[in-house]
Amino acid sequence: MPQGDYIDLHRKRYGHRLDFFERKRKKQAREVHKKSQKAQKAIGIMGKKIAKQNYAEKALMKKTLAMHEEKSTRRKVEDDVQEGAVPAYLLDRQQTSRAKVLSNTIKQKRKERAGKWDVPLPKVRPVAEDEMFRVVRTGKRKSECFVTVSFFWLDLVYVYACCFSRFMHLKVLVLFSVFLAAKQWKRMITKATFVGPSFTRKPPKYERFIRPSGLRFTKAHVTHPELKCTFNLEIIGVKKNPNGAMYTSLGVLTRGTIIEVNVSELGLVTPAGKVVWGKYAQVTNNPENDGCINAVLLV
Amino acid sequence: MEVDMEGEAEHQKEVSSNNVMCQLSDPEGATLGPAMYLPQSAGPKELTQIVNQLLHNEERFPYAFYVSDQELLEDLSSYLTRKKVSVEKVLTIVYQPQAVFRIRPVSRCSATIAGHTEAVLSVAFSPDGQQLASGSGDTTVRLWDLSTQTPLFTCKGHKNWVLCIAWSPDGKYLVSGSKSGELQCWDPKTGLPSGNQLIGHKKWITGISWEPVHLNSPCRRFVSASKDGDARIWDATSRRCLIVLTGHTLAVTCVKWGGDGVIYTGSQDCTIKVWETTQGKLIRELKGHGHWVNSLALSTEYVLRTGAFDHTGKQFSSPEEMKKVALERYNKMRGTAPERLVSGSDDFTMFLWEPSVSKHPKARMTGHQQLVNHVYFSPDGKWIASASFDKSVKLWNGATGNFVAAFRGHVGPVYQISWSADSRLLLSGSKDSTLKVWDIRTQKLKQDLPGHADEVFAVDWSPDGEKVASGGRDRVLKLWMG
Repeated sequence: MPQGDYIDLHRKRYGHRLDFFERKRKKQAREVHKKSQKAQKAIGIMGKKIAKQNYAEKALMKKTLAMHEEKSTRRKVEDDVQEGAVPAYLLDRQQTSRAKVLSNTIKQKRKERAGKWDVPLPKVRPVAEDEMFRVVRTGKRKSECFVTVSFFWLDLVYVYACCFSRFMHLKVLVLFSVFLAAKQWKRMITKATFVGPSFTRKPPKYERFIRPSGLRFTKAHVTHPELKCTFNLEIIGVKKNPNGAMYTSLGVLTRGTIIEVNVSELGLVTPAGKVVWGKYAQVTNNPENDGCINAVLLV
Repeated sequence: MEVDMEGEAEHQKEVSSNNVMCQLSDPEGATLGPAMYLPQSAGPKELTQIVNQLLHNEERFPYAFYVSDQELLEDLSSYLTRKKVSVEKVLTIVYQPQAVFRIRPVSRCSATIAGHTEAVLSVAFSPDGQQLASGSGDTTVRLWDLSTQTPLFTCKGHKNWVLCIAWSPDGKYLVSGSKSGELQCWDPKTGLPSGNQLIGHKKWITGISWEPVHLNSPCRRFVSASKDGDARIWDATSRRCLIVLTGHTLAVTCVKWGGDGVIYTGSQDCTIKVWETTQGKLIRELKGHGHWVNSLALSTEYVLRTGAFDHTGKQFSSPEEMKKVALERYNKMRGTAPERLVSGSDDFTMFLWEPSVSKHPKARMTGHQQLVNHVYFSPDGKWIASASFDKSVKLWNGATGNFVAAFRGHVGPVYQISWSADSRLLLSGSKDSTLKVWDIRTQKLKQDLPGHADEVFAVDWSPDGEKVASGGRDRVLKLWMG
């Protein structure tokens, strides 16, 4: 049980004992001897523990000594030949360092013609239709709200079953299911999408696919694989969605989608000396989960 | 038919009766003969005849004519009507001698020579245009065989990137400077180092310039500038550092050895210093720039570079002869006017100086929207060209510093420019991986030369006008021909 810091208090009031500092010094001086005696005598697990601690202390001491020595000794600065030589007039200028010769668009053109891409993500998980879309029920009859999407399918099965068994109710049931199906022609896309700047909505009656504005993206974080740096670039369009042409035309961005991005700020040029404007990139994350688009530039 | 003929004759008569008072003068402003009445039907052709007669030229030299800094390309009457100039005033026509030879514009890539394993940082033709050297980031200097367009020698010895190379004006030496600060002389005939490395600079070399051959032949001395703020004068024969020019507080970016035997250094401390070369005393300090001085150019630079060699390809047997011819060429080029210096800076402007006359600038040239990386006087001293990071090349009057034209077309910063020997064409190399040839007369793009896979760091037009060499980050050396 602590009794308060009465020793400190006393010292504050009356000062140290007259021989306090001498005693302290002597004690410190004796400490090493005591320690060594103990270390020499200790056996078994105790001995091992002490040896280990001593070793650690010694290693630490040597390290710090070496560090101080390094500070004081003068050595020649290592002047290794570096990659990426630049002329004298560019040496003092801040530039983004580039590791190697950047590929020019001629490669891209050739690949485009062949229609083949050596992409970073060659295989992606296929996305099922009901994962991609959510049915939006339309119409006035809110009373049938309890019929969910899955019910809708079950109903159809039920109807088919009915076709063969109970002809009496057939008409009613078929009417009922058709009625339901007619109200479920609208789909909401559950994935991230790119919607072009010139897009205007159709009247709701003709709007079959809804691309939620919360999941729309106009910019992507594109990594240049050779530069090893990432730029936030504008998306120009969706070139190919691996899940199908319809998703491509809808501008759905899922993992593995090839997008075209605006690289004019990267300052790439064609062999003919024109600025490269659009370049392809592949989406590498799941944008709908992450809230951003990460992509790798195809070069 | 007859009526037509008659009408034309009448027209002729009418035109010839319209005279205009003209005063011919040379670019410096000295008048040639009294003002005279010239028929308005006279064009550049007739004017050339008159000038040749007035100057008592035995041979007919070509001349170009300028009225208020614009070239006269049509006859006087159509000029007067187009510009609505009063015929009652004296029209001052400036005549400008043109090169008697004409250099064909380069139009195609004749060879792409691989060899360097890192970016090519500098290329330079020898003063007689017979040899070509390049310095690279792979620490080597390479000499190239121009007739077969193949590598000739690989000169190894530097420890780091070779940033600068310079030929002596008599073509006997090649000096290269590296990023680790050492200089090395090479014998271009064998590709072997002549002597040990010249050590003294503590940081990388930014520029090398040789003593003009008309001051000292055979060539011995050269000056090097370094990032450490010093310029050093070296002797290539005894391989010693003769004088250290200290005084700049920041890196020296550019150095030129003038034809009058003084050294000009431009530095990042915003000043240009003029040094005397026997004892290394500071003669003059030119202040005016608000930021780093990037590049210097002399009006006589091309003559100093080529020494005694001209477009005829004549070779010389003795150094004395070479000195004599070089002095002749230098005096002819300089005329009576003092040597002019132009400096390009990071403050987006350029200054035109006459350092032997005044420490104040003669003209300030503004217009660039980004830093000026390279300035270059045309071989006849009539024009100044400037390459800037604002993607343009601008052309200025070399005597007055007036703006003449802007050449736009590059999509990246323009790094280097080079003139053809006849001053009629200008070459520019850019970050956008292309070279472009500009026509001075029409002030338009003459030829676009794509082909490099990456940034073009160095360009040079050979003094004999046959070839252009360029090198860049894509590690190949390209030769271009007409």
